[in-house]
Amino acid sequence: MEGVKHNRFGPVIFSKYERGSAIERALAMSREDILFELKNSGLKGRGGAGFPTSTKWMLTAAAISDKKYLICNADEGEPGTFKDRVLLIEYPELVFDAMVVGGYTIGATEGIVYLRGEYEYLLDSLNDYLNGMRKDNLLGENILGKKGFNFDIRIFLGEGSYVCGEETALIESLEGHRGEARNRPPYPVNTGFMGKPTCVNNVETLATISHIIVKGSEWYKNFGTSKSKGTKLFSISGDCEKPGVYELEWGMKISDVLKLVGAKDTKAVQIGGASGVCLNSSQFDRTLAYEDVPTGGSIIIFNKKRSMLKVLKNFMEFFVEESCGQCTPCRIGNVKLLEAVKMIEENKLTFGYLKKLKELAETMKIASKCGLGQSSPNPFLSIIENFKEEIFNYAGGGEYAKE
Amino acid sequence: MFVEEKSDIIDEIDKLIAKYGRNRSALLPVLHGIQKKYRYISDFAQQEIAKKLNIHPVEVYSVITFYSFLNKEPKGRNLVRICKSIVCDMKGKDAIVKALERELGIKMGETTKDKKITLEYLNCLGLCDKAPAMAINDRVYTNLTPEKAVELVNKIK
Repeated sequence: MEGVKHNRFGPVIFSKYERGSAIERALAMSREDILFELKNSGLKGRGGAGFPTSTKWMLTAAAISDKKYLICNADEGEPGTFKDRVLLIEYPELVFDAMVVGGYTIGATEGIVYLRGEYEYLLDSLNDYLNGMRKDNLLGENILGKKGFNFDIRIFLGEGSYVCGEETALIESLEGHRGEARNRPPYPVNTGFMGKPTCVNNVETLATISHIIVKGSEWYKNFGTSKSKGTKLFSISGDCEKPGVYELEWGMKISDVLKLVGAKDTKAVQIGGASGVCLNSSQFDRTLAYEDVPTGGSIIIFNKKRSMLKVLKNFMEFFVEESCGQCTPCRIGNVKLLEAVKMIEENKLTFGYLKKLKELAETMKIASKCGLGQSSPNPFLSIIENFKEEIFNYAGGGEYAKE
Repeated sequence: MFVEEKSDIIDEIDKLIAKYGRNRSALLPVLHGIQKKYRYISDFAQQEIAKKLNIHPVEVYSVITFYSFLNKEPKGRNLVRICKSIVCDMKGKDAIVKALERELGIKMGETTKDKKITLEYLNCLGLCDKAPAMAINDRVYTNLTPEKAVELVNKIK
């Protein structure tokens, strides 16, 4: 990982950080103090679901077991998301240091990075980096002289499955099974990898923790809004001049983000990747925050030339392919929604049937077993609703569209 | 399958199991190793892995069929995978696919007659900021044009 230049600027994640400093600082603190700092920071999981990170750590710390695990979820499969790639290539110290801090706090001895198969080209450099940490006693036994604190990290490679980004599917995959989500409860914090208490955190969540430990939660709370603390990495792509990863404070207006990246003639913005929602220009004054438009950080920009129906078709094809197939609402629901897109293309969809499909989409949100099926109707519902004019004009004015 | 081939596979499996452990959670890394070396996981390899990890061969089969990077039929020696997610699609994936199909004389999902190259789609490579992107084996290439993509594929030995 040598020779990589850090030329990114941001208030938190991309701010200055020295390798090992979070570990050093954490080992001088009590576990309770670390948990308090995290709780006070208000940090929420950055994978997209937004579960309070401190709660997850506290529950795992409180679980009684001879062995616990900390897993870093680097199965970044959401179309339009690439922030974890940047973190792992340019800022591995932030991610791995926080894993060691986590191991100390929750009492885990083993950390596992679940790296998506598509990122296999990062594997060698990450392993080299871990070896460097071992050499400097940032990993291994009695870390930095702390008696009895042993922790090591290994990297596990995924095999190209989107659903394995869901934490219980990820654990199934680690155990050598098909990546099918588990029923909950029990939650991984009690019964996770190998039936042991397991804490699963997103790459970005961990990277943020390293800074919070060193600089304190009060500092972190200076950024963001009253309900969404801190900053977020946004993976911005599509029709704009400057695509890339940006660190922005929560609470930024979508129109301001569009200006920042040089997007022109923007018609639509897909927020949260394929499973997120698609907004039209009347909604660009909304803000990116948990209280308004929450997101895992993907922003895809579409200009006036794009067909939204084609976009929707691409998303639904993705979900049909990636649904693991174990629960019916997701397996069949996604197929039905994709069918509907094709019917619109062929001018065969009646509004009566569309109404039924909207009900089906609501059912999928409630009845699907994991986040995939619960969120895959989002693009369908939001694109159909926000781009009504375009889509039903595309279908020739709805000749067959009778109630 | 020749006897030498079989014993070669057995040796490879033993090596992988020595590295990752003789338990179920070693299954994916072992399959990955076999896939990487032989480009597919044969029936024979599946049965040997099952035997050594003490699970039913159907369990191995079921895992292979779940993951898109594992396959039980032989593919070409080199895998060319083009990202078909929305951003790559917007940035001209179709032109690249057409150029490659034309150049290699095969369609997406097919393998060249000399078994050198298999063309495939894959879902989001995580390179949307540098779209369109494709992967040749485990290396990735970005900001492609049809010409550049063909040039890269022609370089494959």
